[in-house]
Amino acid sequence: MSASNKTLPLFPEQASTNAAMVDELYFFLLALAAFFTLLVAAMVVVFAVKYRRRSPDDRPPRIHGNLQLELVWTVIPLLLSLVTFYWGAKVYFELSRPPDNTMDIWIVGKQWMWKAQHLEGVREINELHVPVGRPIRLTLATEDVIHSFYVPAFRVKMDVVPGRYTTMWFEATKPGRYHLFCAEYCGTKHSGMRGEIVVMEPADYQEWLAGGPKGDLASQGEKLFTELACVTCHQAGPTQRGPALAGLAGKPVQLAGGGSAVADDNYLRESILNPTARVKAGYDPIMPVFQGLVTEEALQALITYIKALPVTPDNVVAPAAAPAAPAAESKGH
Amino acid sequence: MSYHAVPAPGQKNYLNNGYGLMSWLLTKDHKRIALLYLLSITFFFILGGIMAILIRYELLTPAGDLLQSETYNKVFTMHGILMVFFFLIPSIPAVLGNFLIPIMVGAKDLAFPRINLLSWYIYVVGGGFTLWAIVTGGVDTGWTFYTPYSTVYSNTKVMAAALGIFISGFSSILTGLNFIVTIHRMRAPGLTWSRLPLFVWAHYATSLIMILGTPVIAITILLVGAERAFGLGIFDPKLGGDPVLFQHLFWFYSHPAVYIMILPGMGVISEIIACFSRKNIFGYNFVAASSIAIAVLGFLVWGHHMFTTSQSVYAGMAFSIITFLVGIPSAIKTFNWASTMYKGSVSFETPMLYALGFLGLFTIGGLTGLFLATLGFDIHVHDTYFIVAHFHYIMVGGAMMSYLGGLHFWWPKISGKMYPEAWARMSAILVFAGFNLTFFPQFILGYLGMPRRYHAYPPEFQVLNVLSTAGASILALGYLLPGFYLLWSLKYGPDAPKNPFGARGLEWQIDSPPITENFTVTPVVDDDTFDYSLPEKEVAVVR
Repeated sequence: MSASNKTLPLFPEQASTNAAMVDELYFFLLALAAFFTLLVAAMVVVFAVKYRRRSPDDRPPRIHGNLQLELVWTVIPLLLSLVTFYWGAKVYFELSRPPDNTMDIWIVGKQWMWKAQHLEGVREINELHVPVGRPIRLTLATEDVIHSFYVPAFRVKMDVVPGRYTTMWFEATKPGRYHLFCAEYCGTKHSGMRGEIVVMEPADYQEWLAGGPKGDLASQGEKLFTELACVTCHQAGPTQRGPALAGLAGKPVQLAGGGSAVADDNYLRESILNPTARVKAGYDPIMPVFQGLVTEEALQALITYIKALPVTPDNVVAPAAAPAAPAAESKGH
Repeated sequence: MSYHAVPAPGQKNYLNNGYGLMSWLLTKDHKRIALLYLLSITFFFILGGIMAILIRYELLTPAGDLLQSETYNKVFTMHGILMVFFFLIPSIPAVLGNFLIPIMVGAKDLAFPRINLLSWYIYVVGGGFTLWAIVTGGVDTGWTFYTPYSTVYSNTKVMAAALGIFISGFSSILTGLNFIVTIHRMRAPGLTWSRLPLFVWAHYATSLIMILGTPVIAITILLVGAERAFGLGIFDPKLGGDPVLFQHLFWFYSHPAVYIMILPGMGVISEIIACFSRKNIFGYNFVAASSIAIAVLGFLVWGHHMFTTSQSVYAGMAFSIITFLVGIPSAIKTFNWASTMYKGSVSFETPMLYALGFLGLFTIGGLTGLFLATLGFDIHVHDTYFIVAHFHYIMVGGAMMSYLGGLHFWWPKISGKMYPEAWARMSAILVFAGFNLTFFPQFILGYLGMPRRYHAYPPEFQVLNVLSTAGASILALGYLLPGFYLLWSLKYGPDAPKNPFGARGLEWQIDSPPITENFTVTPVVDDDTFDYSLPEKEVAVVR
C-alpha cells in the first residue's frame, strides 16, 4: 500500500484468505474475456481485410444464416456462463458464511467516519486493529445513511444499511496497514470517509488491546442496562414483566400471534428499538420504544451484554404466564 | 428515376416546407420533431459533457483541489442525470427512430403525430425542471437517488431534479406507445414482421421497455417526494420504512433502462453493417428475436445491483444466473454482426468505422458485465471504477458510438447534404482511441479498489487517473469535430443523392431530404426490397 504515485500499479495487494480465491476467479474471467474479445476482433479484422470491397460493382451472394453456427454460439457461451455462475456463487458463499470461531467486532458508520468497538472495550475511529490469522466477523450499523465497508486488499465489501445490522468477515494473512474505504456514496465528504485496517501479529495485538481502557463492552452494557431501567422488568423478581434474557441470544423465540423468530442480533436490536414489532408469546406489548433514545454504540453494548449474560438458575425463571420454552427447540443457530 | 439522382433545386421537401418558428414549434411532421429532439438532446449532451470534463480534471490529482466536495458531488450527479435521462434514453429513439420508423415501415407519419409533438414538449418541460434544479443550487444525490440520503439527509434540490425526471418519463412512455402502434398498424403492404428492418425490431423491443418500465420510476419518484415532503415512512427506517426497497424499485426501471439505451443502438449497427458489407444481416431471425429476449430478460435482473446490500444469498444467486442469461442474446447478436461481413464486400465509410468500433467496445462492455454478474467477483468491484468503466463501455462505447454511426449514416437523408468523409473518419478514430484511453484504465483502477464518486483519492491511483483524463481530452475533441463539420455541411456540403451508400430499405428510395409526406404513393414491399445481393430496384407502389 506504500506504492509511490509514480508507479503504475496493476494489481492490488492480497492480504486475506479470501483475496486469493477472488483473484483466481478474476484470472479465469480475464482469460474468458480475452478469448472472446480476441475472437470477435479476429473475425472483424480478418473479414474486413479479406472481403474488403474491390470494385464498386461487387455484388456478394446472399447468405441467410446458419442454424448450426447459431447453436454453437448460443450453447457454448451458455455453458461457459453456467460454469462461471457456479464458480462465482461458490466464492460468494465463502465470502458470506463466516467460520464458527470468529472474533467479533462492532462497527458503526456515520457521516463521515468509521467507529470500531472491540468486545474488550477499546474504541477507535477510522482505524481497525485486528490480529493476523484469525477470522474476524464485523457487525455493521449506521447512524444515518447507507455506507459500505470496503477493504480492497481483503476483496470484501458490505453495505451498512440503516435500520438493521449487516455482517461480513475476513481473515487477514499479512501484517500491515490496508485501506478502508466507504464505497457507497454517502454525501459531502464521502471520499473522506476512509481509514486503515491495521493487521498485527497476535502478540502485538494483545499488547495493543491492553493499552485500552479498563472495562469490557459487556460491562458497559450492564451499566446501560441499569441506567435505562431495563433491569426493572427483565430480571427475575417481583417487578419482572418481560422475558428473561440470559441464554436467549441465537435461540428461537415463539412470537405472540403465532410464528417464531431467531433471537439474532437483528431481533435483539428490533426488540429494544421497537419492542412491539415482534413480541415473545406470553408477554404484553408494554415495553416503551427506545428508537431515538439509544445510540448505535449503546445498542451494541447492550446486545453484547445480553449475549454475555451467564445462564444461572435464578435468571431463567420465567413468570407463570409465559409458556416454558421447550429445551429441545434450542438448536444452535 | 435514378437512385443517384439529386433532387432538383427548389423541389419541395420537409425542410423547406415552411420557415417560420411556428412551422417548427407546431409541426406534426415526425421528421421535424426528430430535429427538435436532435437540437435539445445535443444541448443536454454538451452540458453533461462539460460536467464530465470537470470530473476528469478534478481527478487529475489525488487531492480534491479543483472543485470543493459539495460541487464535485453535484457535478457527477448532474452528469449522470443529464446523460442518462436527457441524452441517452431519448437519443436514438427520439431522433433517429422518430425520423426513420415511419419511413422504414412505409408510412406518412407516426400513428399519433400530435402525441409525438406533445412528447417533445413534455421532454422540454422535464428538462427545464432539471435545469432549474441545477441553476438554483444543484442536486448531490448521484443519479441513483439512494435513500435515505435523498429523502432525509440531502439539502439540495432533490425534488426539482426528480420532478424533471418524472415529467420526462411521460415523454418516453408516449414515444414508446407511438412506435408500437405505428409498427403494428401502419406497415406497408408486404412488410411482414419477418421483413421488418432490424432497426424497427430493436425499437419495438425498446418501446416495450419504455411503456412497462417507466411507470415504475415515476411511482418511485412520487414515493421519494411523499417521504421528503410529508414524512411518510416508506424508505426511512426511522419512520418504519426500508431503504433497500428504494433500490429494488429504482433498479426495476433503471436496469431495463440500460436496454432502452443500448437496444436502439443495436438496431443501428445491424443496418450499418449490412449496408457496408453489402450483405443482409447474418441470422436475421436470431438478431430480431434476441432484441425481444433482451427486453424481457432485462426486467428480471435488477437485483444484481444489490449483491452487497445483504440481500439473501439465494436472491443473489437467482439474479446472478438470470444476468448471465441476458448476456447470451447479446453474444448471439455480436457473432451475427461479425459473420455478416463474411464473404461480403466491405467498405469503410464513417458509419462503418463507428459500427466496427462498436463491435469491439460493446464486446468488452458486455464481457465485463459478466464479470459483474459473477457473485464472488462483484463483491470486490461493486461501487468501484470497474463498474464505471463497464457501463461507460456499454453506454458510451455502445450507445454513443451507434448514435454517432447512425447520425452519419442517415445524415444525407436527414439534411440532404453529404458530410466531409475525411474529417468524419478522423473524428471516428479519435473517438475510439480517446474512449479506450479514458475508460480502460478505469477497469484497473476499480480492481485496485478505487471507489466511484470519490472526489479525492490515495496517491497510488494517480497514474491511471492521469491516463483517463488524457483520454477524456481526446474524446472531447472527437465529439467536438462532428458538431462543426455537420453544421458546415448544411451550408457547404454537396447535395446528397437518394441513396449515397447503396443501402437497401424504403428510406433510401425517397428523396434526400424527404418530402413532408415521405411517400407520394404507398410502397409495396417484397423480399427483394431489402436484398443486398440483387441490384437496387424501385419498390412497387399501390395507387
